[in-house]
Amino acid sequence: MMFRKNTFGYYLFFLIFISFVIFLYGPIFSIILLSFQGPEGGLVFPLQGFSIHWFKELWHGSGLVDIGASFRRSIALGLLVMLLTVTLSVAAGLAFRRNFFGANILFYIAVASLIVPSIVLSLGIALEFRIIDNIILWVGKSLNIKQIEDNFQTSLGMYTSGFGAQLTWTLPFGLLIMFAIFNRFDKSFEEAAKDLGASSYQTFRYVVFPIILPSIIGIALFGFTLSYDELARSSQVMGATNTLPLDLRGLTTTVTTPIIYALGTVTTAVSFFVIGLFLGLVFLFNKRKF
Amino acid sequence: MQVSLGKIKPHVGWLALPFALIFFVYFILPLVLTIVVSFWDYTDYAIIPDFIFDNYIYIFDGCLSNEEGLCLTFKTYISTFFFCFFTWLITLALGFCVAYFLAFYVNSIPLQVCLFLVCTIPFWTSNVIRMVSWIPLLGRNGLVNEFFLSLGIIDQPIEWLLYSSFSVVLALVHLYTLFMIVPIFNSMIRIDRSIVEAAYDAGASHRQIIFNIIIPLSKTGIIIGSIFVVTVVMGDFLTIGIMGGQQLASVGKIINTEMNYLQFPGAAANAVILLIITIFIIYVMTKFIDIRKEL
Repeated sequence: MMFRKNTFGYYLFFLIFISFVIFLYGPIFSIILLSFQGPEGGLVFPLQGFSIHWFKELWHGSGLVDIGASFRRSIALGLLVMLLTVTLSVAAGLAFRRNFFGANILFYIAVASLIVPSIVLSLGIALEFRIIDNIILWVGKSLNIKQIEDNFQTSLGMYTSGFGAQLTWTLPFGLLIMFAIFNRFDKSFEEAAKDLGASSYQTFRYVVFPIILPSIIGIALFGFTLSYDELARSSQVMGATNTLPLDLRGLTTTVTTPIIYALGTVTTAVSFFVIGLFLGLVFLFNKRKF
Repeated sequence: MQVSLGKIKPHVGWLALPFALIFFVYFILPLVLTIVVSFWDYTDYAIIPDFIFDNYIYIFDGCLSNEEGLCLTFKTYISTFFFCFFTWLITLALGFCVAYFLAFYVNSIPLQVCLFLVCTIPFWTSNVIRMVSWIPLLGRNGLVNEFFLSLGIIDQPIEWLLYSSFSVVLALVHLYTLFMIVPIFNSMIRIDRSIVEAAYDAGASHRQIIFNIIIPLSKTGIIIGSIFVVTVVMGDFLTIGIMGGQQLASVGKIINTEMNYLQFPGAAANAVILLIITIFIIYVMTKFIDIRKEL
């Protein structure tokens, strides 16, 4: 046997793996530690006292932009993107089981969306909505619509351009997960249901859906977390409003106190909570499956 | 079986319609408009429909005369390729080793899933925070400098640990090694163990098995991972911006800066060139594989 434990190869790769995990998690734990410093704490070690001073500062929003508002916006947007990612990719996943017109092209478009440079797409969407702006202004002017002429700012916004930009990032993951599950899907369950006289809705609702439910939760996990932390694609298309990652990026250049670590700890805690919740659900449903 | 499935679900193609619609509005149309606008004219505050090549000419201004060394555009691309190459090399080596350990040395499936998740979880957290979290370690008074100072290896802090090419590559490796691990691991778990066993029984060394069996059979995963890493670094502007202290050049940053100054047609022209180069790289790489077979 080649892959025995206690061979040289095993220890070598084990060491590499452990180092990688430390490399992966070490930095984040260092800022969690540093966020619990006393009021005189700085950006680097050693720790100056221990308190929740910087979390209180964060809570009172001293000297920062309205973090609370952008946090709520990010959560709301994350939930919307999650919902759309799940419904659209499950529906598309079902469609892809049978060949339909343009199936291949749509698949390649989704994959291309995953690897197109985010800044290019962000620019493109911004351009699209700027052109829409120009059209609206032109219509307002030529039809003399006072409301448009006086008040119209831009059509760019979280729920017009922002969520779409994020969907181009989350939907491909959703579709790939659907492909992965249906490529391993045992069709005989469906056959049996059909032979017993189930309608196609019943077959989906009582046979297919319970089997793919853990994967659907996985898609939801991708949908929410990737939207909640998304920055590259949203960077140019959120309009006047800021999401949490956009504010965070702004803060990296201006804030010089551990308050940014406190914010990092909070947002990471939210992410970990959501990840834990969803993974817990996946395991729960996986266990109950048969 | 196929026939009866047809009876269960006739005409389900329309289910993909909303999905396709999103990609039409937020992917296809924006890319088409980017190409169109790259030929437009602009003033300080407006973009004007036109068909001019000025935006492209401006990008390559002075690139062909070669009098004052390299032009800005070539320098920027060389800098971007530099980040791409080193990030690719390190993520490939690291990702391969991690995937290899998970696929071949971890025998219990639950443990495998668990360790795989350990590698994946950071991907679902904030990139900006993951970058910021290097500050306490790499800063002038950071942990690494303090450590070397206390050992007496250096007598003053190393300046190039943070806000440098080094920290950019480090952060990119930190963020994107997962893009290598997942596809390579996916290829590796499909490798038939009996082939490896046969090679081992026939007297092949561990090194021979890795280079003559494992690597060729995980080629698809390696290429998919490489495509991900290379394209994400080619268009990167956030990591190079934040970890480079806004001092280093990349193509993505040029586009971002031009957009901040509302020079949309100029940004669009740069985006089109970046897109062409990226597509060319992907085209060369996909020559070797069929992505759809891998899922």
